[in-house]
Amino acid sequence: MKKILMKGNDAVAEAAIQAGCDLYFGYPITPQTEISEYLSLRMPEEGKVFFQAESEIASIYMVYGAAAAGKRVMTSSSGPGISLKQEGISYLASAELPAVIVNMSRGGPGLGNIQPSQSDYFQAVKGGGHGDYKVIVLGPSTVQELVDLTYLAFYLADKYRNPVIILGDGMLGQMMEPVVFNKPDFPPLPAKDWAITGKDGRERQYILCFDLDPRGLEQFNNKIFKKYQKIEQEEIRYEVFGEDKPEMLLVGYGTVARILKSVVREAKDLGIRLALLRPITLYPFPSAIIQKLAQQAGRVFDVEMNMGQMVEDVKLAVNGAVPVHFYGRSGGMIPSVEDTLKRIRDILGK
Amino acid sequence: MHVETMVAGFGGQGILFLGRVLATAGMIDGYHVSWFPSYGPEMRGGTANCVVIISDQEIGSTISDHPNVCIVMNEPSLRRYAPTVRPGGLLVVNSSLITQKYHDSKIQILEVPGNDIAGDEIGDPRTLNMVILGALIGYHSTVKEESIRQALEEILQGKKSKLIDINMKAFTAGKNSILRKVTE
Repeated sequence: MKKILMKGNDAVAEAAIQAGCDLYFGYPITPQTEISEYLSLRMPEEGKVFFQAESEIASIYMVYGAAAAGKRVMTSSSGPGISLKQEGISYLASAELPAVIVNMSRGGPGLGNIQPSQSDYFQAVKGGGHGDYKVIVLGPSTVQELVDLTYLAFYLADKYRNPVIILGDGMLGQMMEPVVFNKPDFPPLPAKDWAITGKDGRERQYILCFDLDPRGLEQFNNKIFKKYQKIEQEEIRYEVFGEDKPEMLLVGYGTVARILKSVVREAKDLGIRLALLRPITLYPFPSAIIQKLAQQAGRVFDVEMNMGQMVEDVKLAVNGAVPVHFYGRSGGMIPSVEDTLKRIRDILGK
Repeated sequence: MHVETMVAGFGGQGILFLGRVLATAGMIDGYHVSWFPSYGPEMRGGTANCVVIISDQEIGSTISDHPNVCIVMNEPSLRRYAPTVRPGGLLVVNSSLITQKYHDSKIQILEVPGNDIAGDEIGDPRTLNMVILGALIGYHSTVKEESIRQALEEILQGKKSKLIDINMKAFTAGKNSILRKVTE
């Protein structure tokens, strides 16, 4: 397969088409508008639907409708736009509807700015909208991984009848890297016999996002939490990079993980042994491996492009066994290799 | 090999295109590459820059605080980025627009009258970016010249393919200007 140099946003869009996305509903916002732009050209070519909605809220309910009809569907936005979609994402989770939502996040809070940020971590992994629910969250680190995780997102959404968020950032969306489009062969999925496709002789069926009976709603919540438990058992993905027997375990995802790989290499030249644990699934979170590697290393250093969000999950995983240090840049600032390494050397006294 | 190249200038000077050609050529040569632009509320005449990294190992950070190579197409870019060049690195200056002399004994400085060559020799001022890229590759062959042509063929497809020849002509003119300089 031929490698092509492609922008992250364009690559997600192309991968969605190849993954069989039937409909895309979007509303523009920097730094992800190229996804819409690309799909506005390519979806009609494929005989698929591209639609620019009148707002983010409208677009997420169009996603709801298309998913209820059994179609593969995607929307994308960035920070403020994803906030507007949260009510609909909660409804999707409650109706157990598969959908893929891309967030190329930007500096916040508020309108913030358009530079890369990871400050939507909490919003993505802790639910984001109201009510008890979880969304599968994938954290790509390269343009190639944006492609690979887009294929995976559509598969997992259908497998679990659950929304999946691809949590990128402005840097991943805007940068170009070589990519190969190589769609994996996923195991077969069950038929969408729950979809609302017109009664046509079969029993009448509903897709609901409410239950007025508290006993019924509690039962439903128990049921979806069993599903989340299965997701936590079966779908954790991560990468370990760097040295055996490290003096410190680094934890970072997405763009930060790339910077931490450079840090691991530069530290090695200085005789400092580091290893990186990079969560690929942010929900389900790779807690067990973090706990294990943290205990071996004796010290953890978590780096993020926010004021400290994933570090809470890292601390829960480590459960007080070893010290967990944090370094974050926010507002669209990106931690440099130099600064990160300096902090590590200060902690290690080297 | 690990070369971090900063390309900076005005919007409209073909900064992002230059970077894309360089990155594509690096990919064709079999290296890991990345291209990261300044993005957002940019406009023609405003500032534009991009960082291209070409490396024989997986690329970590796609930004560069201390590039090995820095191309500056205007004075604001010279002031901002020239001091960031890594010692032992190379600064390529578009001397048609930058009259200010920059001195730093720890780096090499290559002056190329980019706009003059693009305007007088090629007859199309829009080819400034390829003149400058030609000068860079003539001096410091990060990527193969034939890969530049292939990169242009990949990027300029369909109706735009008629622009490949003039871009190559500008590239060659830029390269020759450096070869002349080195011979002198």
